[in-house]
Amino acid sequence: MIRLEKRKEPSKFWRIANPFLAVLLTMLAGGIMFAALGKDPIAAIRLIFFDPIFSETFASYSRPQLLIKSAPLILIAVGLAIGFRAGIWNIGAEGQYIIGALFGAGVALAFFPQPGWYIFPLMVIAGAFGGFLWAMIPAILKTRFNTNEILVSLLLVYVAERILAAMALGLMRNPDQPGFPGSRDLRRYEAAHNAELIANTGIHWGVVAALIAVIFAYVMMTRHLLGFHVQLAGQAPRAARFGGVSPARLVVICLGIAGALAGLAGMFEVSGPGGQVRIEFASGYGFTAIIVAFLGRLNPLAIVFAGLLLGLTYIGGELAQMMLQIPGAAIQVFQGMLLFFLLALDFQTNYRIRLTRGARA
Amino acid sequence: MILGSINPAVLMAALMVAATPILLAAIGELVVEKAGVLNLGVEGMMIMGACIGFIVAVNTGSPIIGFAGAALGGMALALLFALLTQALMTNQVASGLALTLFGLGLTALLGQQYVGITPPRTPRLDLGPLAEIPFLGRAFFRHDIVVYLSIVLVGAVWWFLKYSRAGMILRAVGENHDAAHALGYNVKRVRVLAILFGGACAGLGGAYLSLIRVPQWTEGMTVGAGWIALALVVFASWRPWRALAGAYLFGGVVVLQLNLQAAGVRIPVEYLSMSPYLITILVLVIISSGKGRGSLNAPGSLNRPFHASN
Repeated sequence: MIRLEKRKEPSKFWRIANPFLAVLLTMLAGGIMFAALGKDPIAAIRLIFFDPIFSETFASYSRPQLLIKSAPLILIAVGLAIGFRAGIWNIGAEGQYIIGALFGAGVALAFFPQPGWYIFPLMVIAGAFGGFLWAMIPAILKTRFNTNEILVSLLLVYVAERILAAMALGLMRNPDQPGFPGSRDLRRYEAAHNAELIANTGIHWGVVAALIAVIFAYVMMTRHLLGFHVQLAGQAPRAARFGGVSPARLVVICLGIAGALAGLAGMFEVSGPGGQVRIEFASGYGFTAIIVAFLGRLNPLAIVFAGLLLGLTYIGGELAQMMLQIPGAAIQVFQGMLLFFLLALDFQTNYRIRLTRGARA
Repeated sequence: MILGSINPAVLMAALMVAATPILLAAIGELVVEKAGVLNLGVEGMMIMGACIGFIVAVNTGSPIIGFAGAALGGMALALLFALLTQALMTNQVASGLALTLFGLGLTALLGQQYVGITPPRTPRLDLGPLAEIPFLGRAFFRHDIVVYLSIVLVGAVWWFLKYSRAGMILRAVGENHDAAHALGYNVKRVRVLAILFGGACAGLGGAYLSLIRVPQWTEGMTVGAGWIALALVVFASWRPWRALAGAYLFGGVVVLQLNLQAAGVRIPVEYLSMSPYLITILVLVIISSGKGRGSLNAPGSLNRPFHASN
């Protein structure tokens, strides 16, 4: 008979090994999926995971792309991870990302075409503030009315998407090109452009912000009292309350940080790689970042690697689409499978498989 | 006057059609939550049902077989969730999210060749003279069979939870799984069955969208219906008939909003189409803030994992 036995202490080994194992299993299952689609599985996996970085022909284009795609994922995931640690489930980062982008772009469009060094910093502040405000809706509803933050934050994504569409078609539409939906291209407005800082590296201000956020989050979670409170609230809510940790304060702080970071990510995207406020601007970073947070074990440093890996699947996915005509949705399946395998493998962290003799369970 | 042009009987009929997908999904999730499990993957199971139901219906030419396929599709994803949360003891919130992300991706992949196709028509259920009654006939008796099925399902779930022995076991498992276990009930088996039922219902709800309400297949076409169904369960405070009332209330909002769009009200479409989500949030706030019974009615063991220690 096989049975599960709860471990007294979660296994440190499996905690670290599982993400790697999950990636391997995803490659395997993904290979089977590609074979089922009638594509060469080995070529597809190579194209997704290796060629963007190592291939002579693609790397010059795709290496800088890696940081461009990973930075927003890391920025959002770091914020989400803090909340997840405390048992606060903000799953509406996509909405906070959109509103941050709209706030940032709004500032830029208000100043257009004026030059000025202060415009970009103002956009950064506005972007973070926009995401923060959007996250405060579920936070305040949770603390004041005890409303479920999971549902509210998620439902607000759909609201944000519609605000984005309304802005792209209405208020923020480019007045010089009234025939087309979408705002002015911020990349052509020097004072607002989040340009590449070092040529051909993909490093823009969003990458810098992601790095700073990782360091801050790491220090906060390991060295600061607030980090301790977050962990305590997640693992032993009752003990936390007796210890004087205010649950309401924690909800506001966790959602606020996550919202501000997601808003920043949106602002750096719209003023740089994305370029303009368009209906299709939101590409699901807010949801993929949830996978990044889990894959990184909710640890800010590990999230960097998880973010790079999932950023890689975006670029590799585009390559596979181009070279092997593998549908773009396959990458979404891939990312979903990764989370499944990771969650499934984690039973080893907390439980031990025991083989017992005889039929008695 | 814009509102004057809306025929109340037609409005009522449209409202029932708009409410049916989320009602089906919500009644399934209600049973799951009554068993103490929070499955946040409703959106994923719905989109799976929408996609599989559509594919099966187009290929067989029969919407009824399509609905059966949709229920199986929803159940397949639910089985995955059951495996993760019941056998492998994973976090229910994270597993539900994974289910939604995975379902959205998988269906985008599976449904690629089916975009732009019209599915076979689901016939109206012939209720003979009933359909000819003025007003009432137009409003209530000219629907397809699934609309009636959803109402029957609400009644069946209500009876099952309230009067049947199996239903009481299910509630016991959801209220206090340790006590239920001590009494000798198989907590995991009850929960797995409830999860599968929830998956089948969500699948049916999804197929109702792609086969009847829209009727077409497009990527991500559920646009949050699964999440609204989840909110509906809270709104209903885990009572089946209140879920029905809530779903129809919600259907009314959707239909009114669509009518206002069609009538060309001077509000941009984007703002009108926000209203279902905003109203869902508003209703959640009202229900949760009530000091009374609403939020206190949640099953005691909801979202708590169960592992028999012996």
